Amino acid sequence: MINVTLLLIPALPLLGFIILGLGYRSIPKKLASLIGPGTILISFILSLVTLFSFRLSPFAFRFFDWISLGPVSIPFEFLIDPLSILMMLIITGVGFLIHVYSIGYMSHDKGFNRFFAYMNLFIFFMLILVMSANYAVMFIGWEGVGLCSYLLIGFWFKNQQFNNAAKKAFIMNRIGDLGFLLGMFLIFTTFRSFSYQAVFALAKTMSPGSETMVAITLLLFVGAVGKSAQIPLYTWLPDAMAGPTPVSALIHAATMVTAGVYMVARSGVLYVLAPVTMEVMGITALATMLLAATIAIFQNDIKKVLAYSTISQLGYMFLALSVGAFTGAMFHLMTHAFFKALLFLGAGSVIHALEGEQDIRKMGGLKNALPKTYWTFLVGTLAIAGLPPLSGFFSKDEILGNVFGSSLPLWVVAVGVSMMTAFYMFRLLFLTFAGKNRGSDPQSLKIHESPSVMTIPLFILAILAFFGGFLNIPEIMGGSGMLKEFLAPVFADAVRLNQLQPHHVAARLEWSNMVVVLLLVLLMVYVAYRRFVKREPETVFGEAKMSTQMNIEIGANNRNFFIRLIENKFYVDEVYDYLFVRPALRISDALHKFIEERFIDRIVNGTGTLVVRFSNGIRYLQSGHVGMYLFFMILGILLILFINIFL
Amino acid sequence: MNTLTTIPINHYLIFCSMLFSIGVIGVLIKRNALVILMSVELMINSVNLLLAAFSAYSNDPAGQIFVFFIMVVAAAEVAIGLAIFVLIYKTTHSIDIDVLNKLKW
Repeated sequence: MINVTLLLIPALPLLGFIILGLGYRSIPKKLASLIGPGTILISFILSLVTLFSFRLSPFAFRFFDWISLGPVSIPFEFLIDPLSILMMLIITGVGFLIHVYSIGYMSHDKGFNRFFAYMNLFIFFMLILVMSANYAVMFIGWEGVGLCSYLLIGFWFKNQQFNNAAKKAFIMNRIGDLGFLLGMFLIFTTFRSFSYQAVFALAKTMSPGSETMVAITLLLFVGAVGKSAQIPLYTWLPDAMAGPTPVSALIHAATMVTAGVYMVARSGVLYVLAPVTMEVMGITALATMLLAATIAIFQNDIKKVLAYSTISQLGYMFLALSVGAFTGAMFHLMTHAFFKALLFLGAGSVIHALEGEQDIRKMGGLKNALPKTYWTFLVGTLAIAGLPPLSGFFSKDEILGNVFGSSLPLWVVAVGVSMMTAFYMFRLLFLTFAGKNRGSDPQSLKIHESPSVMTIPLFILAILAFFGGFLNIPEIMGGSGMLKEFLAPVFADAVRLNQLQPHHVAARLEWSNMVVVLLLVLLMVYVAYRRFVKREPETVFGEAKMSTQMNIEIGANNRNFFIRLIENKFYVDEVYDYLFVRPALRISDALHKFIEERFIDRIVNGTGTLVVRFSNGIRYLQSGHVGMYLFFMILGILLILFINIFL
Repeated sequence: MNTLTTIPINHYLIFCSMLFSIGVIGVLIKRNALVILMSVELMINSVNLLLAAFSAYSNDPAGQIFVFFIMVVAAAEVAIGLAIFVLIYKTTHSIDIDVLNKLKW
């Protein structure tokens, strides 16, 4: 029975994809908006059933042998343990809410059915990724979500810029996937198996810090860097905002980009045996969160701010992993899924209301026009800034606590990023909702609150973002750490083997840290308030009397060098373009001109010409005289006889 | 000992080769499509006879059963061939194969 349930959880979204994908021309929108979210809802209910029927011991279900070659056998199997159940609930739960929201957001779009087909396919692959019991099956999901991400970023494929963004995301992910694949191969040659349970059981007996282990974990981490948008492969994520906003919420905030974090947490046993990798991961995470937070402060596109914020928050999760705080990372993954999905959907609601406007310099004063969006967005902002008692406070506090116990400099930077997070999020909130409207006049007349099919998911996510933290209240506050206990069996081995175990921080110090961080965050909120609400928002971008468009242009020229550097995202895209894209294009061009045109084309065309000329000569043999054909036939028979008898 | 094997195998071989050669020559030198078809039948029957003879000499009845199949298939072929000739005759009023030279190049 449980077997069927497990199979149905990913199979239903796949069924939805098949129905919507095959019948996308003929299925009416009403039916599609029933099938799309409906399959996910049933999967969510089945995931809840799995949660409640789960009896503490992880079990693997083997459905069939996928690859069997001699002694090697790679089964298609699912592993059900607290970690995969948590991920299943996040994916189907948040996924369902975003599907419902999409009914409203995509209602005017011609590709309505296609959209839901892709979204269902994405949920299917994501579930395969988290439910798999071995790296090979995980790789199916890993590649599948990359494909869906590509399809959905380039959803409006008539815009060439969007297509380029989709290609960029796909290619950068490919670089990471190569690392993941090599890591998988190395796992197989070392452990002779892909199955988690077999690999981890063998790994536990190996000596920590061995070169193989470092190589495996580093290669897997390259995969995580690509999928989870860390330095140096992060530039695809801001561009990925070209897709529809629900896609950004589901794929590029809540689920797919956290696949890297999930994978590292899942392979925790391998990572704790490779301290070098942990260090590399910590440095990468720190650099990423700092860089992304800096860029986010100066972005003016509502979705780009959230995209850089996502990169920064993913950095938090990797930082937590790098000090061995696996539960902290998964906890933040969960709360981040709630509040970042909420923020993206809120941003989508704003964009929907303003008919496609994404520039926050042209927004402002939307508080009264969009009250529901405003209040839910406020909850999301408070949560991501880490104000108690919202979810972000607890998850960030857990990570900061663990980082503090591991290294003080890391903690200082992490707190700094936390302050920057509060600043850029409140900047976004104030510029969008507070003050007066800076948009052109006809635009402000048409503003309308989104339909309830969009606001209800916002409310539910706001409730989750508000109370999600109570799942794991730290012990010093008298909480039981429910999530920690739930996940403990999964990470027991990894925590036991961890060489760099963060030492326990005294309760008093923990309290004072918490208060210090909170005060600093509040200070940044106040600074943002002073800068973007107290001073008339018009003056933020230059002279008050000028039109907004002129302000923007003058504002761009009057900044000093550093601000211009950050506004242009440190020119990383341009550097990549110069170092990798253009040389690749130039080499392709040269190969085309010399190898392709001079050699390959000539060989191919020459073969064709030769055949034509030859046939021109001998086609006269087909004369139409039956007697002649018969003569040749007999000649042939005689020849065969002759060869058989005398040779 | 059955009646087939009362005649030495060499006789069969020589007789069938002659029959086959007559068929080949008929196909090559005749212009009438009907006669060519008859010559082809001659070739088929010479092979059939040889098959039956070999089958009898090696005490394996399978070969003789095969002959029946070949005869059935050959009859079907002849039926199709004659039908084609009838149609050709209806359009060209001739079954001389030298007239049928429109299908070329």
